[in-house]
Amino acid sequence: MVKPHIATLGKVIRHVTRLRGGGSAFPGLVIEKIDPSFTRDVLSALPYGVVVISGTNGKTTTTKMTVELLESQGFKVFTNRTGSNFARGVTAAILADIDYKGALDADIAVLELDEAHAVKFVDIIPPRYSLLLNVMRDQLDRFGEIDTTATMLAHIAHATTRTVVLNREDPRIVAIADTLPDTVHVDFFGLSSELREQFPSDDDMRSTTKAVKPPEADVILKSFAGSRAVFRFDNREIAVPLKLRGIYNIYNAAAALTLTRTIAAERYNKKSLLEALGNVEPAFGRGETVMLDGQPVELVLVKNPSGFRLALKSFSPKGYATMIAINDNYADGRDMSWLWDVDFDSLREAGVDVVSGIRAYDMALRLQYDEVELTFVDTDLETALSQLHTKHPDQPKRIYCTYTAMLKLRELLGKMANVEKVL
Amino acid sequence: MTQQQNPLTIVQLYPDDMNIYGDWGNVLTILQRAKWHGLEARLVNYNIGDTFPAEADIVIGGGGQDSGQLKVQADLQKIAPRLRELVKNDTPMLMICGLYQLFGRFFKTSKGEIIEGINIFHAETHAGPARLIGNIVTSHDQFGDIIGYENHSGQTFIDSDMQPLGRIIRGAGNNGQDDTEGCIYRNVIGTYLHGSLLPKNPAIADFLIEQAAKKKFGEFAPTVIEDRFAAQAREIAIKRPR
Repeated sequence: MVKPHIATLGKVIRHVTRLRGGGSAFPGLVIEKIDPSFTRDVLSALPYGVVVISGTNGKTTTTKMTVELLESQGFKVFTNRTGSNFARGVTAAILADIDYKGALDADIAVLELDEAHAVKFVDIIPPRYSLLLNVMRDQLDRFGEIDTTATMLAHIAHATTRTVVLNREDPRIVAIADTLPDTVHVDFFGLSSELREQFPSDDDMRSTTKAVKPPEADVILKSFAGSRAVFRFDNREIAVPLKLRGIYNIYNAAAALTLTRTIAAERYNKKSLLEALGNVEPAFGRGETVMLDGQPVELVLVKNPSGFRLALKSFSPKGYATMIAINDNYADGRDMSWLWDVDFDSLREAGVDVVSGIRAYDMALRLQYDEVELTFVDTDLETALSQLHTKHPDQPKRIYCTYTAMLKLRELLGKMANVEKVL
Repeated sequence: MTQQQNPLTIVQLYPDDMNIYGDWGNVLTILQRAKWHGLEARLVNYNIGDTFPAEADIVIGGGGQDSGQLKVQADLQKIAPRLRELVKNDTPMLMICGLYQLFGRFFKTSKGEIIEGINIFHAETHAGPARLIGNIVTSHDQFGDIIGYENHSGQTFIDSDMQPLGRIIRGAGNNGQDDTEGCIYRNVIGTYLHGSLLPKNPAIADFLIEQAAKKKFGEFAPTVIEDRFAAQAREIAIKRPR
């Protein structure tokens, strides 16, 4: 039972923290100290329980999509929108949404959780559903090994009480299914065999061994061209025009569809589901486009080799001015090795116009070894962006950027004249 | 035979299982710099169960996860006599992280299991209490500053008859205790540095190519390669937080 005075206190702290310009997680920290069971009590009162979404790539986009798809099925959804994807952030998000009696006006909670934090979270609050996206070579400087990350995701699956949704294209994720008890239901989402060949995983990249036959999937991404995708489910092929671009974003839609279908159960309404899917917009910095002097500037977030490879495969450089911005702040990862696991051959013909970020010269060096022509290098993002803008006034522009470079570039673009957001 | 008819053969050990920290960067750097120096080079991948190539002018091996090391150890023992013979003939080799450890006597895991190495380096590795992770700079008389990134839980101790590859300027290195990093024996280099190692340390790449070319053709006539980006990348890497 949630104590109303705790809820009130939390909301007051949240309000004061915001007035002072404080971080989004601080009120959560205070409430955790005063009433450690607060988050559990609030969430366990939800009639449809808790959904946990985790994995290396695509958590934010998939969570956003799942929330919107569930809403289309008539659910009231609580989510940790602030981007604080750890337990304290969840508590802080609850404080923002509950009323002063301590009740959360929602049917279900859909939470994006970082792998390491999810492990602790599910021990206290076992989710009814979980969605595990992938284990990629990312954040090795935080977790040490890919196998360690896979173990964390297996832990989430084991704590799940009803259904686990898994990516059948990731061998480490598929392996989790075999370890689960029969009481837990497993649903897969997947790619068609044509797409699988086009977009190899980390393991397939330099490996000569062939993968085993994947398990049956509830939803399959069959093909896509531009932003029109064809999914296969309910024994039918269904074409949907999307506002998302890039294979990775569109594949996340297959994950969100699978998850939503299993949760919706008897509420399932295909017509409103497809309508909502067509209206989902990219999450913050994930394939956003802004207009600058009448030309689109696309920001493409890249944070690990598989993500960068998929991005390069998804977008043709033809006609575009291309910039790459690589930072190595903590949130980006300090180790630059990952750049060497991406092939840049696809940029050779068009060349790269601008390279920037703290590790601009590591990126320039990488392009040198793939013999990709490079026009301008400067570690300063403002100088680099201005170069891209002034030297290519009449061209659409695409910027591949790491997380903290993206934050800075958005801020800079926001300050430049005539910027309007189109997506 | 002329150089064109007889390319340098670069053998990459276990790319299927031991390739996680940008090890491709080292192979690519050797292939490209050899070409820029006017030499033909070809890549041969060696994986578990393959026939070891008859020609091997440079051998490169990468880092892996603990599970990758367990998978390759039996096969590595099988090709060990061949590798030892190549070492004795001064074939240049570069072993990063996991294979550096297995080129020593053994790796003792945190559970106390012994993974046997092939004893080319007189060295042994023990699982440590914490991973040694971060930017690292070491120094070597011939190669100058060696710049990279380390991420390993094993602590390696080299015997007194072995030379380290570098002395620590900043970072942990072999074990975080004795200021050594890596090992160099004849023309075989073992190190924990990736990032990748060779692109940012072209002096080491050219050393491997020079040794291979001299052995095969009796001479090496290097070209001046534009290493401006490498120099600038090094300058920035030195200043970044651990």
